[in-house]
Amino acid sequence: MVAAMSNSAAVAASTWVTSFLERLPAPAGELEAVQWRGREALSRQPLPSRRQEDWRFTDLAPLTALAPAPASSSAQGSWPAPAADVFRLWLDDSDDLLNGQSLPAGLGLLSSDEVQQALGHTLAACNCEQHWPVELNQASATRVLALRVSGAVAPTLELVSQAAEDSVMRPVRVLLLLEEKASLEVLQIQLGSACSLSSLVMEAHLGRESTLRHGLLALGEGQACFLGHLAVEQEPRSHLESVWASHGWALSRFEPRVVQVDGEATTTLKALQVAGGQQVVDTHSRVEFRGPEGQLDQLHKAIADDRGRSVFNGAVKVPRAAQRTNASQLSRNLLLSNQARIDTKPELEIVADDVRCAHGATVSRLQTDELFYLQSRGLSAAVAAGLLKRGFCEEVLRALPAAAAAWRPLQRMLGEG
Amino acid sequence: MIRPDADTLLEIVDLHARVEDKPILKGVNLTIKAGEIHAVMGRNGSGKSTLSKVLAGHPAYTVTGGSVRYRGADLLNLEPEQRARLGLFLGFQYPVEIPGVSNLEFLRVSTNARRMEKGEEELDTFAFEDLVRERLQVVQMDPAFLERSVNEGFSGGEKKRNEILQMALLDPLVAILDETDSGLDIDALRIVAGGVNHLASPENATLLITHYQRLLDVITPDYVHVMAGGRILRTGGKELALELEDRGYDWVDQELAVLEVA
Repeated sequence: MVAAMSNSAAVAASTWVTSFLERLPAPAGELEAVQWRGREALSRQPLPSRRQEDWRFTDLAPLTALAPAPASSSAQGSWPAPAADVFRLWLDDSDDLLNGQSLPAGLGLLSSDEVQQALGHTLAACNCEQHWPVELNQASATRVLALRVSGAVAPTLELVSQAAEDSVMRPVRVLLLLEEKASLEVLQIQLGSACSLSSLVMEAHLGRESTLRHGLLALGEGQACFLGHLAVEQEPRSHLESVWASHGWALSRFEPRVVQVDGEATTTLKALQVAGGQQVVDTHSRVEFRGPEGQLDQLHKAIADDRGRSVFNGAVKVPRAAQRTNASQLSRNLLLSNQARIDTKPELEIVADDVRCAHGATVSRLQTDELFYLQSRGLSAAVAAGLLKRGFCEEVLRALPAAAAAWRPLQRMLGEG
Repeated sequence: MIRPDADTLLEIVDLHARVEDKPILKGVNLTIKAGEIHAVMGRNGSGKSTLSKVLAGHPAYTVTGGSVRYRGADLLNLEPEQRARLGLFLGFQYPVEIPGVSNLEFLRVSTNARRMEKGEEELDTFAFEDLVRERLQVVQMDPAFLERSVNEGFSGGEKKRNEILQMALLDPLVAILDETDSGLDIDALRIVAGGVNHLASPENATLLITHYQRLLDVITPDYVHVMAGGRILRTGGKELALELEDRGYDWVDQELAVLEVA
């Protein structure tokens, strides 16, 4: 019986991929070669299954319930106006990614030769170019926003993508090359609703002493699914701060992978993910130090309510070459219902002997003493619980780029509209 | 201040309570009238803190017998937040740290909950800031504490001042201060006690729960109660506290032993 069921699930999975490939238009445009490659890979690689360690806790049923195909751009939603110090690009399928705007000082588009050379380099360095969600993006993305960053870019670059109709897939591909000492703040907004699929693959190469502040706000609703991938290579003395928050997707899986190519860089990762209803939200992060004296500060927070499910897997690799690495990883989880589930797993692989690597994980309910303290000051149990949840979220949300505030992440996370 | 004609605010009759399966309160009787300051003293484990938590409605404690009337109405069937809105205040022995929740926002929400109950209008952010800055002076607290998370990273003394600040904002009718003096140096004790004295009036009452006489040097109680074995064993004036300071608690234990044999 079990064999029969898993067999039929395997058939359904392969049918899903086949019909997905059939819905794709013929490969064309600047990413034609990449599309061929992705399609070829997908036709050979089955959909990930829960028998694979990496996908053990992540049921792809919400994804296979969709029948997505890339579609031309839809009407822009009622978005907040960008603030004066924000340069916004709407990444959905228009012919001109810049929408006629000229890029702020310090940003330039890569030539198609440069794109050919650089695209996929960081994915390969992070060992994820054959990863299924990446191939799904490569099979379907028709364009890439490829930018060179020189010097300090003053405005925040805000990249918005929205999938709001049934059966629509929105593949977003971004490539950033930060030159030595360059600095940039990027805020990515991924919006999804109805039965749609949002797919994101972003690569960033950080030259020496460069700084990338990256924020990703992934806000879904309904049956929408999100598959995101971030690959970053860091040269020595570069700084990466990546903060992401995910809420409301039927299925959300985000996989940031960072390689410190020669150590001596600093990496800060902060995340907040919320799963309610029957949602599945998953983060698989991986940080690898290939040289000495690298630093990592990682905080991952999750809230699971109703029958929601949160998964976190945080891999940290410290090979022999990575002496004097200083890494810390903390996973803090709030479990708000008896039927919700949280799986959290640090995965530290330490070979070097002269390192400091701390990690910890906590799963708890709202604390009785905290609730009572607030109630004893006249707050109702519901308001007190809301305040505690808000406090839990704020620690991560306030680390997002300031431009994120316009999208009201806290209200979204708390389900306050 | 003892006035025979003052309104009775709190009337505790034969109160029994347990935590999990362990009985802690075994028949507490205590009546508090407007204008009075009461002190409850006793060893660790005598039931003092349990009494304060039962009165405030902590969910870990179960009342198994007796009654508590607050201004004539049954207190025990009210939720903790209703008790607070009606003017019962508990100053915590160990105020809880709440990361990510701004102290100012917390104080405003809680003040407004109490004001609404009193039929006063809610204060907006600006009006509340004016009020809170004025009340900060009661406890000589730095306004910088308003911007921080509730009690997070506060020293012991700062937490206790934050408790008295809350008391100043909530304007309670019955304030129960659970070991507010513990962990305070002499300056902090003086400031905290000054705040309590400043807030005491003929309309309200204070119940101090303490180990030591030293708090009673700076706040003069009208009544001192000695608690042991989950009961109030003896009641007297402030001289009873001095007697305890002098003789220790051993005689209390002896009296309790006699009582329990009987």
